[in-house]
Amino acid sequence: MEMVTLTIDNKVVQVPKDYTVLQAAKEANIEIPTLCFLKNINEIGACRMCVVEIKGAKSLQAACVYPVADGMEVYTNTPKVREARKVTLELILSNHDKNCLACVRNGNCELQKLAEQMNIRDLEFEGERHKLPLDDFSPSVVRDPNKCILCRRCVSMCKEVQTVAVIDTVERGIETIVSPVNGKSLSEVPCVNCGQCITVCPVGALREKDDTEKVWDALANDDLHVVAVTAPAIRAALGEEFGFPIGTPVTANMITALKRLGFDKVFDVDTAADLTIMEEGTELLNRIKNGGKLPLITSCSPGWIKFCEHNYPEFLDNLSTCKSPQQMFGALLKTYYAEKAGIDPAKIFIVSIMPCTAKKFEVKRPEMNSSGYPDIDVAITTRELARMIKEAGIDFSDATEKHFDDPMGDASGAGVIFGATGGVMEAALRTVAEVLEGTSLEKLDYTEVRGTEGIKEATVQLNSITIKAAVAHGLGNARKLLDRVKAGEADYHFIEIMACPGGCVTGGGQPIQPSRVRSWINLMAERAKALYTEDKNLPIRKSHENPTIKKLYAEFFGSPGSHKAHELLHTHYTARENYPE
Amino acid sequence: MSKCSCGQEVKDTREEKLEEIIAKYRGTKGALIPVLHEAQELYGYLPFDVQRKISEELNIPLAEIYGVITFYTQFSLVPKGEYRIQVCLGTACYVKGAGHILDKFKEILGIDVGGCTEDGKFSLDACRCVGACGLAPVVMINDTVYGRLKPTEVEGIIEKYRNE
Ligand code: SF4
Ligand code: SF4
Ligand code: SF4
Ligand code: FES
Repeated sequence: MEMVTLTIDNKVVQVPKDYTVLQAAKEANIEIPTLCFLKNINEIGACRMCVVEIKGAKSLQAACVYPVADGMEVYTNTPKVREARKVTLELILSNHDKNCLACVRNGNCELQKLAEQMNIRDLEFEGERHKLPLDDFSPSVVRDPNKCILCRRCVSMCKEVQTVAVIDTVERGIETIVSPVNGKSLSEVPCVNCGQCITVCPVGALREKDDTEKVWDALANDDLHVVAVTAPAIRAALGEEFGFPIGTPVTANMITALKRLGFDKVFDVDTAADLTIMEEGTELLNRIKNGGKLPLITSCSPGWIKFCEHNYPEFLDNLSTCKSPQQMFGALLKTYYAEKAGIDPAKIFIVSIMPCTAKKFEVKRPEMNSSGYPDIDVAITTRELARMIKEAGIDFSDATEKHFDDPMGDASGAGVIFGATGGVMEAALRTVAEVLEGTSLEKLDYTEVRGTEGIKEATVQLNSITIKAAVAHGLGNARKLLDRVKAGEADYHFIEIMACPGGCVTGGGQPIQPSRVRSWINLMAERAKALYTEDKNLPIRKSHENPTIKKLYAEFFGSPGSHKAHELLHTHYTARENYPE
Repeated sequence: MSKCSCGQEVKDTREEKLEEIIAKYRGTKGALIPVLHEAQELYGYLPFDVQRKISEELNIPLAEIYGVITFYTQFSLVPKGEYRIQVCLGTACYVKGAGHILDKFKEILGIDVGGCTEDGKFSLDACRCVGACGLAPVVMINDTVYGRLKPTEVEGIIEKYRNE
């Protein structure tokens, strides 16, 4: 790439020619405030918070979209610039519902941060404001338009990245809001509950439906045996809420905190991920051998499932009938574990801790109760757990409890990497190759399916068959991949799809990193590292070698794909109309 | 879409026409605005079903189409009356009491802004400055401009159209 040389605040910088002024400033360690900007997702120059003076240019320019040029002179800190930014910010604040004290983003809000940085001490304008109704009908996402600053990041995420496109800017001028069509609630449109809009919102205008009250109630109820089950991605990100560097695995701190909160047992969903691999691997081989519907597509991601039900009903038979690990685990705990521990399943209350807002919808699906009880009682996000830990005043640096509880305490490295894009595929390949095909393979690391490329492919040669596999993360990529399959341009045996870009580590329920952090690192890769490190260090790295899994099949299910397994661990799907009349 | 707003069952030839409109613009850049225009001419407004059809056929998200419709004042989401009353709420008209005029229309017709009377005769809208500030307050009924209007005159004007 051709380089250009420019000066920013008299500092000489050399950057590639396709950089923006903002990128060049970043390189020079000069921070320009931004608000609507989110790298690769929303680069539309809408808010004008990032204005700078450029020598020779008539007016101030938005650094986030202004391209660099050779010999350019940029000034980011002149009286004119500071004044313009302040006015912009004050105008935004003038009709913002500024109730920071009671806001979910208090302390982690990009607008609040800007007000602090820019020394706003006096709000000169008090704008016209009408109180707009809260949309809290969705099981996953709550919209509060009174806090919206119209940055449009959520629109870009939903429309361009996820290609779900159920929210957009509506009306004009002072009436403008971001909303689903016709004033409908998110629960009435084909929103897939992925929560990606929440993780890009700079303010408190989008948040998860908070279910912590139900958890507190259960914990306070002595009649209940309250169990926490944590997804693999939680340990890779929960630490961020407590000041740990991004990518620090905090498994022991998390288990300790959950115990301190009063959970009777803390189990690892990775165990159920191993179970999923056994079931799904069997399903894959059966389909290949018996001429079943191919490609087989993974079904762990409830956002993806709902997307498929709305947009690709023709692929419903391709979906694995396996429940997600969360649901499998719930069914298992209310049968096998209840029996073993001698506890009435009606008294077992299971709280799943998930990186995902779509899990809140999944637990409510009417078919998820094959044991006679709801598989999972409440699903909360990583963020909600962090809030509970803070509210209870627990010291998160305490890492005394190192191990998940027995008898479901073992998980393999394969289960751990479920949390990253490509992880389910890699875990499946490890097991399919060995057990189900009887080939012993040296190879454990399928690096071709790792990484944050939107669509990844791998071909694996087994004893009797070659498996062609593909991985897509983010629903826009899923759409691309499925359209190719539909058009007959690609023939895979096995496809892994996760709704969230990056997979669960960057799920819609994970800690929110502001644009000034997220724009300049590969958040997916940083968090995924925590999982791949744990995988590498675990003694058992293949699902079928997990002793808990072996015992489960020996004592309870018989074999993968058995009748009992089908009853408890498998499910079905429903085509959904997009906008019913 | 076999019911018209008067509630009688009629054979709807508009659906075919809508398809023709869409076919005419399909594949051209910026097809949405002209399609919406012609669809509105056809139906008098842009019903939800029509938006949905356009969304499916042009492969443009419904939320985006809805955003466009609500952005441009020329598009309407609700049926318009045979007589389309527009009360200017621009600054000049507002200062000269356009608010009271609007209230009077609401009261006599029994509808809100954006609404349409049950007989389909009148619809009522508030609009931005129509550029006749010298005549403030101004009301437009279809293409006729009424200037320097007083609330007391509203009743008479409505009567005139009722009897037409
Ligand atoms: S969105 Fe931010 S600025 Fe607004 S009330 Fe919440 S914390 Fe305060
Ligand atoms: S949850 Fe996902 S699908 Fe729903 S509005 Fe947000 S980004 Fe779109
Ligand atoms: S809801 Fe949040 S992300 Fe969406 S436009 Fe408003 S402030 Fe921006
Ligand atoms: S215009 Fe640059 S951050 Fe909004």
